[in-house]
Formats: sequence, C-alpha cells, structure tokens
Amino acid sequence: MNDMMSKIKIIENSEYAVQAKGLIKQFGDHKAVDGVDLRVPKGMIYGVLGPNGAGKTTSIRMLATLLKLDGGTAKIFGYDVEKDPHLVRQLIGVTGQYASVDESLSATENLIIFSRLLGLGRKEAKNKAVELLEEFGLTEAAKRPLKHFSGGMRRRLDLAASLISQPPLIFLDEPTTGLDPRTRNQMWETIRRLVNGGSTVLLTTQYLQEADELADRIAVIDRGQVVAEGTVNEVKQSVGSSSLHLSMKNDNDKQRALSLVEKVLNVQSTVSMEGGKIIAPMKDANRMTDLLLAFREADIPLEEFSVQKPTLDEVFLSITGQTNVGSDNKDSQEVSA
Amino acid sequence: MSNTSTNALNRQRSSFRQSVRNSFTMAYRGLIKIKRTPEQLIDVTLQPILFTLMFTYIFGGAIAGNVSNYLPIIIPGILVQTVITTSVVTGVQLREDMDKGVFDRFKSLPIARIAPLAGSLLADTVRFTIATTLTFTMGYIMGYRPEGGFSFLLLAGLLVIVCAWAVSWIFAFLGVIARTASSVQGMSMIVLFPLTFLSNAFVPAETLPKLLEWFSNINPVSHLVTAIRELTNSGIVGWDFAISLIGAAVIVAIFAPLTVRAYMKRA
Repeated sequence: MNDMMSKIKIIENSEYAVQAKGLIKQFGDHKAVDGVDLRVPKGMIYGVLGPNGAGKTTSIRMLATLLKLDGGTAKIFGYDVEKDPHLVRQLIGVTGQYASVDESLSATENLIIFSRLLGLGRKEAKNKAVELLEEFGLTEAAKRPLKHFSGGMRRRLDLAASLISQPPLIFLDEPTTGLDPRTRNQMWETIRRLVNGGSTVLLTTQYLQEADELADRIAVIDRGQVVAEGTVNEVKQSVGSSSLHLSMKNDNDKQRALSLVEKVLNVQSTVSMEGGKIIAPMKDANRMTDLLLAFREADIPLEEFSVQKPTLDEVFLSITGQTNVGSDNKDSQEVSA
Repeated sequence: MSNTSTNALNRQRSSFRQSVRNSFTMAYRGLIKIKRTPEQLIDVTLQPILFTLMFTYIFGGAIAGNVSNYLPIIIPGILVQTVITTSVVTGVQLREDMDKGVFDRFKSLPIARIAPLAGSLLADTVRFTIATTLTFTMGYIMGYRPEGGFSFLLLAGLLVIVCAWAVSWIFAFLGVIARTASSVQGMSMIVLFPLTFLSNAFVPAETLPKLLEWFSNINPVSHLVTAIRELTNSGIVGWDFAISLIGAAVIVAIFAPLTVRAYMKRA
C-alpha cells in the first residue's frame, strides 16, 4: 500500500502526465522525430495518430526511457526522463508494438518473473500472476508456452504485464494492430477500464477509428512533427464543415436533383461514384428545410439523407496531404510482419 | 495489491542488494528457458561425448602409445576445450535475447540495469556444469581413473567452470556489440580456435614449432589445462592453478566493465 500512496502523492504534484518539448531523435541522416511537443493531462486516454514511420514509436520510446533524446526535454509527472530515469520507470508501464513478453516461457512464468523483478516476494508474485491472468481471461492458457498463443492473447498478456506495479501512466504502442475486430473491441474495453481506474493512457495508433473511439485528445504526427492537436472534435472541425449526403430512389432523378441542390444551396455539388450519392458541403443548416421542401415539390423520392461530419480519415488525409494512407499502411505492415 | 518490498519511490539507481536479487531472477528466467528448450543443450551434451570418444581414439595411439596412457592427458584437455567452447553460446544467446521485444520491457522496468546481463551469465554456469560432468563421466567410462581422487576432481571441475565463466564475458561483449547472432558465432570462433588448439590441450607443447610453442606457453588455456592435469592426476594445487585464476580475474576485470558499458549504451 505504501507504494501506491507514494505514487499517488507524486503524481499529484504535476498537472500533466507527460510534458514533452521539442523532442528530437536522429537516426543517421534521418530525423525520425523532429521537434515533437506533447502535453498529456492526467487521467485521460491520449491518442498519438500517424502513418507508419511518422515517429510515433520513436517518440514513445523516448518518453519511456528506452531511447536517448537527441534534443528537447520530456517530463513524466514532472520528472525528467533523462535526469531521473530510475524514478520515471517506477511510474510507467510500457506495452511495445511487438509483444514485450518472453516467447519461450508460459504466461504464468512471464508474469511471475516480471513481478519478482518489480520486488514482489515469491508468494506475492504468484498471487499477482493468478489475479492478472484471471482479469485478462487467460487462466486457461496460463501454463501453455506463448508460442501457441493467438495475437490477441499475447497482447492481453503484454498489457497484463504492464499493470503489475499499477503504474499511473501506461504507454501502449499500437495496442490493436493485427487483431481481429472482436479482440480489438475487448482490448478497447480493457483500455477504457484502465482509465476508469485512474490511470493515464498514452496510445499510438494508425487506425483513425480507434482514436475516434477511445481517445479524449489526439495529436496527429506526420514526418516527425505534430501537425494537429486537440480533442477529436476540435481536430475534425479544424479541417472543415459537415457535408450533406443524398441518394435518390430512382437513378433517373439524379440530374434533376443535382441541379436542385445547386440552386437551393447555391453551391457546386458533386455526384460521387459509389452508389451515385450527391455530396454537398453544408454550411448553413437552415437551408436544409428549403432543400427538402424543394425535393417534395419536384416530386423526387429520396432513398437516404444524412449529414456527416468529416471522418478522421478525411481529416488525416487533408492534414498530412497523403493520398492513399490505407494502402500505404498495408504495405509497410507486410514488410514489418 | 500491496507491494511492501519496494516502498517509496526511489530516485537513486538500484542498490547492490537489488542488483543481486534482480540478477538471480534473470538467471531463474534463463533456467526456465533451458528447461523449455532442451534442444539448446545439445552442444553441451553431445560435444563432450563425441569429442572425448573421437580425440581419444584418434590421437591416443600416436601421442601416448595407447589409449589408457593418453586419457590422463586428453581428458583435462577436452574438458577445457569443451567448456570454453560452450561459453560462446552466452554471447549468441544474449544477442538473440536483446533483439527480442521482451528486452524492451526489462529496460523499462525500474530494475538494476546490469541484471539481464548478469542473469544470463549466471544461468550459463549450469551449462558449464553439465559439460564438465559429462566429460568426466565419458572419461570414466573409457577407463580414466584420476589419481588425485574425487575431491581434486571436484576442485578441477570448479576451476574450469570459474574460468569458462570468466571467458564467457569476452563472448558476452561480442554479443552486446554485434549486430546479429550469427556474426557473434563467427567472431567467437576466430577467438576460440587459436586459444584452444594452440595450447597443450591435445599434444605436448614441446612438439610444436618454436613460435607456436611460445604462444602455447603463454596461452592461458595451456595453464588451465596444466592446472587441471595437476589436480586430477596428482592432486597438486600448483602455480598453474594460481595463474589460471589470475588469468580469469584479469579477463573479468577487462571485459566485465567493457561489456557493461557497451550494454548500458544500448540499454
């Protein structure tokens, strides 16, 4: 209990879990991280979003004392990662991109060894392992060597190992990369639970949906720099307004509908290829009534009508200026796998 | 939930006691790994058996007239060669280990920085013990009856384990600075072959050309072999015993700090 108390006291001294200023990391000629600033308030999920090679992992590794800083400063709960690495390590848990657990050992053995290293006694370590395995639904597989674990189980064990010392700050580097949708949802649930328990989570992801789903605030990183920061909504709004999506019951009405939209809203609208939808920027919500009335008068039956805020994907593309992030990611994943 | 053994947050680097405890935990991990992958013990089990059989019957007649006369010369030689060769694995495995994701976790834990290194070196003494026991057992089966008696045999075994542990620091160093596990293997062999073969392990040094004889005489491996022959065959703790221990200490004194520094740089 002492340990927990002192940790609580220490983290109360600082408003931010992470404060990084001008982080720089250079690998040869390549600046992997080029002046990243991050401020992560306590008790929230903070998402660092970016394509592969943007510098997410490198940034996290510097914050977690795994890599030396080539420039800038980083503080964890007010403690400098370079001056007090040993202290910082007592406040963080790190779950790496490639499961940071021992392949040739069983789940129980892994947890026991990490617990022992963290100073727990023989019996305490064993109890802790049992407790965590149960919490993460791994009890049945506890004795099996990790070689036979599925990707999801490995990630869960990895996360469990990060929680042994109940660190107030947890780094998760792409926690759901390579997981199927069901296990991914389980992982999200677990991460949310962590934050409810008072921890701060800093996670990286290249899935925009994940950031949207989980993060309270996000920073978008591209080519080693933060290109946008704020709540998910703020970042979305910074990109543009909502858009109107219309689809007609009869394909024949499309031309008439299009000219109607252009006339009423006084904008140039486009017909998108997928399903022949009409998409128009929606600047003034009031005009919608006019538009719908106009459709009724012209006797054009609507199939679907929706207003969409820009998705993070669109945000991402417009901020980073990359044309096909999706296929890009796929390629580099295959390479790294 | 309570975590009584580590009390308040600690600003200092780990204490000596914590370093030792962490190292033993890491050694325990090494032992579980050996248990889980027994195939990595093939070198320490097959090599003593194979080499003892082969070398004794190949060289026995030519060098000592017959096999039973050769056994007191060759068994200590094979013992040293086998156990020292085993120490190469330390470096290779360390490199493989450091490339794995789990090392990131070790590095991010508030533990003694030296522990993963010290632990794997500690676990390797088990391998040396296996190799030592098997070589002596093989010799016994072939008719080797050391005159020094069992207690000196034990002391000889201990000496070779200590020296191999010291030498394993050299390979640990190579393991830390190398980029791949296979390059560690390659580099280690270049170090290892001259050391073990340019010695009195298999043939009397006097039969070598002058230059090689000179090298063989200063080669620490020769001194270790001589020390073990004296121990097992006549029960003497001689000058070579001291030289071997001093040599081991010198190696550790040089390579332990080098290794640790290189390791910390990467850790």
